[in-house]
Amino acid sequence: MSTDPMRTDIHALSGAYAVDALDEDERAEFEQHLAGCPSCQAEVDDLREAAATLADVTAVEPPADLRGRLLADIQTVRPRPPVVERDAHRPSRVRRRWVAPVAAAAAVVVLAGVGGVVWHPWTQSSTSPQVSAVARVEHAPDAQRFSGHGPDGATVTVYRSTSLDKAVIVAHDLGDAPDGKVYQLWLQDPAGTMHPAGFLSAGASSSATLSGAAATAKGAGVTIEPAGGSPAPTSDPVALVAFGS
Amino acid sequence: MNDLRSVPGGAPGEGAPSGPDLPALLGRSARGDESAFAAMYDAISPKAYGLALRVVRDPAQAEEVVQESFLEVWRLAARYDADRGSAAAWILTIVHRRAVDRVRSAESATRRDAAYHDRNQPVSHDETAEAATAALEARRVRSALATLTPVQREAVELSYLRGYTHTEIARMLDLPVGTAKTRIRDGLIRLRDTMGVGSVR
Repeated sequence: MSTDPMRTDIHALSGAYAVDALDEDERAEFEQHLAGCPSCQAEVDDLREAAATLADVTAVEPPADLRGRLLADIQTVRPRPPVVERDAHRPSRVRRRWVAPVAAAAAVVVLAGVGGVVWHPWTQSSTSPQVSAVARVEHAPDAQRFSGHGPDGATVTVYRSTSLDKAVIVAHDLGDAPDGKVYQLWLQDPAGTMHPAGFLSAGASSSATLSGAAATAKGAGVTIEPAGGSPAPTSDPVALVAFGS
Repeated sequence: MNDLRSVPGGAPGEGAPSGPDLPALLGRSARGDESAFAAMYDAISPKAYGLALRVVRDPAQAEEVVQESFLEVWRLAARYDADRGSAAAWILTIVHRRAVDRVRSAESATRRDAAYHDRNQPVSHDETAEAATAALEARRVRSALATLTPVQREAVELSYLRGYTHTEIARMLDLPVGTAKTRIRDGLIRLRDTMGVGSVR
């Protein structure tokens, strides 16, 4: 996997991504790249627009009873709130908060991990398709699962396998980052330092591998950073997961 | 494939018919306005259902895809960002992703092989599609498609309307590995430029 924005071959996947023509691994890899590449985001938006015009040619009236069922469905579902920009006016307390080890920070910050539990994926009914990079970690014999909440009702789950030295993050209902900003991932080492670990895309369901020393990390975080990412966090975490046990 | 053959004569400059204000309807839906949501459904559901039907082929599954997708549209309407594109494209992106995820996750490798070999057979919903389509928009799209090279057009159609991956498409079209994604991208860029869609940023 690479998130190097200079790598040209990954940019070439924009068209296939826009029409959902990537396999699961490629999709995950491209989404990780996309989260930090505004030019690809713009191109994907454009090409989706172009592809959508094809639906003009294939339109078919749906069965009439579908409308009634749908309108009945929505009466029991609450629309999610819009994404609210939260970090613009309070940069000053950022540093202090991030310097503290996650275990301490988790008590006071937006999100507390529920603690590590041995995770038995096969006992769980999975409704959303997981990318296979995620599945490899999730299905590892020593996989641990840490979960919590992100902004605006988003959910964030980290799976870690010490034997594979890998961790992956899965987010649901993560709203778009503010214009020109991206979601950047971090792993916190035992000394409390945050290391860049890649990017996460917004969407109903997104996932990414946390690059870095996962086995020894004490926690993982997500911040909103300028496009291209930052060497160290410059904003409060929007999600923070402690790898407690 | 012959289901999207180009029809010469559709003038690209004719302009799309103006429909309901989808962004406004989405905004009202986000605030819980069910009648706005119903109006939005009425405006866009033929495109959504037709697209899902092309990809999954089975009407019952296409219906489920549309139902799930519009529930997601209802839940996430507040997340629509007009700066990133049209409301129709946003909705159809959700529908397409669900349709594709469904055919990929299904046990359907054999069924999809069969579907590919059947693709030149007349399918009954094609006629319905012709009848239900807003003729003017469809003509513009067909004439834009005619500007693509045959390989670009087929690569775009196999991916967007049939749900195949670029690797599968390379094999189907006897293209060298890695070139189908380029054909898809080039075709979409041509389509974008000819249709005059997409934002200038």
